[in-house]
Amino acid sequence: MLATLLIVFREVIEAGLIVGIVLAATKGVARRGLWVGYGIAAGVLGACLVAGFAGEIASLFAGSGQEFFDAAILLLAVAMLTWHNVWMAGHGRAMAQEMKGVGAAVSKGERPLAALAIVVGVAVLREGSEIVLFLYGIASQGGTSSAAMLLGGALGLAAGAAVTVLMYFGLLAIPAGRLFSVTSWLITLLAAGMAAQAILFIQQGGYLEYLTGTLWDTSWLLSQDSIAGRLLHTLIGYNDTPNGLQIIAYLATIVTVMGLMRWERARHPRRRLAAAE
Amino acid sequence: MMRLLFICFALLAASPALADGPIALLLKDHKFTPSQIHVKANTPVVIHMTNADATAEEFDSTALKVEKVVAGNDSGDVHIRPLSPGKYPFMGEYHSDTAQGVVIAQ
Repeated sequence: MLATLLIVFREVIEAGLIVGIVLAATKGVARRGLWVGYGIAAGVLGACLVAGFAGEIASLFAGSGQEFFDAAILLLAVAMLTWHNVWMAGHGRAMAQEMKGVGAAVSKGERPLAALAIVVGVAVLREGSEIVLFLYGIASQGGTSSAAMLLGGALGLAAGAAVTVLMYFGLLAIPAGRLFSVTSWLITLLAAGMAAQAILFIQQGGYLEYLTGTLWDTSWLLSQDSIAGRLLHTLIGYNDTPNGLQIIAYLATIVTVMGLMRWERARHPRRRLAAAE
Repeated sequence: MMRLLFICFALLAASPALADGPIALLLKDHKFTPSQIHVKANTPVVIHMTNADATAEEFDSTALKVEKVVAGNDSGDVHIRPLSPGKYPFMGEYHSDTAQGVVIAQ
């Protein structure tokens, strides 16, 4: 049972952290709970579908279907996270200023909410499909031990939910004025890590096999296998043995997101901010 | 004669480092055969994993940076990046108590 708990927890951590960040990033935005709920529900549904058709998906693209599928949904998440950050760069400051009084400005937040709901859905789908396959395998074996293992699975899910709660309240401890900039940094690094991970999946599928040599190895310092390593892998894309193309993708994502945010900020001068003061 | 041929094939299968094609890996009763895979260092290789069990399994290795789900009674290719000499453990994540193996690059 404990083994099952740990396996499920390992898979749930990533989605748990992402949901926590999304909730903190949308603090004060109307109906965010609903959108995050949609994202989770769609992710669970998608996870069951992906698990059900695992064989079919895998056999696409000459047996590399799973890798390209993973890469595609990761890149979708990168695009949505970028969109969110860029949108917030233009509107976030004004929103933060007006949040207490003006409901209309807050409801504008629904646009990035749709993007973040997709991010949540993708995170749940990716990890969820593996959990579904795993638990399905246990359930199909039957017997009393499988009941205990399914209980372990449920507890693992609960532990993942606890990670969400910790992440959320941890971020909320940050003063409200700085919360936006902290979450936009977190989201930028989250996107960069996902882009680097997508590169790895594409390379595993047999494409983009450039600069595949390992650049450095920090597994002696912090193994990606450890819980801390996994947490950092999700949060900032920590990789103990990255290759060249992954580093390029990581840096290119950060530069792109920050460049777009700067450009968007320039398009929305601080006029509204001044008016609010 | 047949036996001799069989031995030759067995030897060929046992020394995959010499082969350029995919390396065969069988998962049955949640155990990997062979459980030690020898590969040439600094050369990309492909492991063709056949899952003879009824349930899905995930070929999982943080050392190799691979996570690959292979459905029950199905097979799939695992692409291994060029490795510096060393040992790289892998496991079937859904049955990690029995499904263990190691890739040895030399």
